[in-house]
Amino acid sequence: MMAKDFGYIDTILKKYNNPEESLIAVLQDVQGVDGYISRESVEYLTEKTGIPSSRIMGVASFYAGFRLKPVGKYRIMVCMGTACHVNGSQRIGDTVKRVLGIEEGDVTEDGLFSWEEVACLGCCSISPAMMINDTAYGNLTQEKVASIIEKIREEESK
Amino acid sequence: MRFLLGYGSCGIASGADSVLKSLESAFSGTEYFVEKVGCNGLCFAEPIVEVITDDNESILYGRLNGESASKFAEAIKKGELPLENRLSDEDMRFLNGQKRVVLSGCGKVNPESIDSYISFGGYSALKKALELGSEGIIEEIKKSGLRGRGGAGFPTYIKWQSAKNSQGEEKYIVCNADEGDPGAFMDRAVLEGDPHRVLEGMMISGVAVGAKTGIIYVRAEYPLAVKRLNKAIEEMRERKILGENIFGSNFSFDFYIMMGAGAFVCGEETALLASLGGNRGMPVTKPPFPAQKGFRGKPTNINNVETFANVSWIIENGGEAFAEMGTEGSKGTKVFALAGRVSRGGLVEVPMGLTINDIVFGICGGIKDGADIKAVQMGGPSGGCIPKNMLDTVIDYESIAKTGAIMGSGGMIVMDENTCMVDMAKFFMDFTSKESCGKCVPCRIGTTRMLEILQRIVDGNGEEEDIDTIVQLGESIKTGALCGLGNSAPNPVLTTVKYFRDEYEAHIKDKACPAKKCTALIEYRIIEDKCKGCSLCSKRCPVDAISGVVKSPFSIDSDKCVRCSQCFDSCKFGAIEIVSGKERE
Repeated sequence: MMAKDFGYIDTILKKYNNPEESLIAVLQDVQGVDGYISRESVEYLTEKTGIPSSRIMGVASFYAGFRLKPVGKYRIMVCMGTACHVNGSQRIGDTVKRVLGIEEGDVTEDGLFSWEEVACLGCCSISPAMMINDTAYGNLTQEKVASIIEKIREEESK
Repeated sequence: MRFLLGYGSCGIASGADSVLKSLESAFSGTEYFVEKVGCNGLCFAEPIVEVITDDNESILYGRLNGESASKFAEAIKKGELPLENRLSDEDMRFLNGQKRVVLSGCGKVNPESIDSYISFGGYSALKKALELGSEGIIEEIKKSGLRGRGGAGFPTYIKWQSAKNSQGEEKYIVCNADEGDPGAFMDRAVLEGDPHRVLEGMMISGVAVGAKTGIIYVRAEYPLAVKRLNKAIEEMRERKILGENIFGSNFSFDFYIMMGAGAFVCGEETALLASLGGNRGMPVTKPPFPAQKGFRGKPTNINNVETFANVSWIIENGGEAFAEMGTEGSKGTKVFALAGRVSRGGLVEVPMGLTINDIVFGICGGIKDGADIKAVQMGGPSGGCIPKNMLDTVIDYESIAKTGAIMGSGGMIVMDENTCMVDMAKFFMDFTSKESCGKCVPCRIGTTRMLEILQRIVDGNGEEEDIDTIVQLGESIKTGALCGLGNSAPNPVLTTVKYFRDEYEAHIKDKACPAKKCTALIEYRIIEDKCKGCSLCSKRCPVDAISGVVKSPFSIDSDKCVRCSQCFDSCKFGAIEIVSGKERE
């Protein structure tokens, strides 16, 4: 495999005077491009900044906001906040799992979907809720969830 | 005539965009236009448009969609104020009894315009604060009796005073906007709806403490809040409200934003500071307090969003006016985010001293679908469940603490008779055990053991001594843990054992879940007499567990059944029952 071009990481690093203090922001930017924090990008960061990769991985693995695995084109986040829980989010998660046929954190074979449980999305008034990429869906039922996913599948197969 | 469209995240998620499109296309070529404002807190009726007539009368329209918004706009163009989609008197009761200080601008000001904020009196408190000077500001805050709204309720003026007294040229003001309680959205609404109010509060704190830099540590999950804060800061720089010699004084200030990366523990001050420095968010023992040694080792004053949002009002109206609201020990107002099984969920700001009942029933209209209330959860994973018979508890820091819950940041989750309290306890313990930073043993291992015990109870494998064991474990974690997360993590369990011990016992002794929620302890059955054999349930069943012949009663294979409840939810004849415990025999 050809070595990946990490030019974008150089650009990101230029934004920060002190990459060590701004490590979280740096990683957020890297994830913004790659969709997750890859081993290669961590190694590249170490090479460029001298921050030990153990420290970078320590930070990346500590925060729930960082993903260490790739995500699907459509990233489904099922809210597991308190209000959603009281209104049945467990079943929403079960439905997503069943419809996609994958475990939480995995990606479907076609690379289209991945799903994860997340802490509160702050949309408690429309619970149970989920987000697909940047769009929030509320007042969900199991049927509604299935049809939302089905619609995306149809759109994509066109 | 003005048209204010609620355009916060929840409004957008409820369809504010299609309402906007309809209104804009209908209003094009007319004198009318739509102003986007933040959430006015009536989340239950989103998307909402507030009409302000030329006589300054306010009329609210809610539950709109693209179609009804077009109809509405057509009527307006004809000079009518339609009745359709108008919020009913019943809906409007939501605003009765509220006293809006923190939320006074939410839903009124345009959060993306500094002029709008200034037209509501914005930044005049900052001017006044510059005249008052450091001592004068702290004196007003002291008189106001303002206590930290993040949950712990520490007197704000003491924090400010001690950061002021710390030696050093370089000091920082940090706003904790890492709203992590799963079920709370007050701070999001304020940041999205009235960002300048928070920034002004931080700057006044900067004058008081002698700091030149403000840092906002905000959840990355709140992209709209981040966007509006950035916009606000940019406009402030343009107007020279930020920078050197603000308003001709010798006060200089600037802001920057850091996005959190998703760790509940970062709500703890020292963990937040670690995170600001690019580290894992792990707390350290205090002292030294952040006011002595904080960000970059310099004196740092950290307050929560709502605390800062109170400041400009206090400076403008005086500490005494603020102290007139509330109770002896808890002054001012408190914002609560009502959610769960409540009829009218949303943001409620009330003077301290009202009761929980006043909020849940008086303002929010009680329980959805006419069910019976069981408890109200306050304080999220650090708080507790307050049972039905104690809902006349007065809202102030001390009274709430006496119940075993905490005031918390303002999440109020209403639970009805269909909520299983053991499951709730497990839910919170699952959350805190995942969010434990892992540094101290009591929290890391203690919460894991508590979760394991709760799991076996809901699975039907609980043993009689389990209840005493979790109480004992909980008490040890409370005293032994290093930081606030661990010290408070057992609260949801301890309060549910205290008030709902019978539910724990039912799970353990009778293998029954009284609320019929815990899937290992329930079974779905078809009531033969009621079943018409319509076959809808068997079509809905995702695992083919339901079989039968059309027009005669169907039956459910309990071994195949995954307890998804779709049959129960879809049956039109009430022919499916959920049984638990002895009923299963």
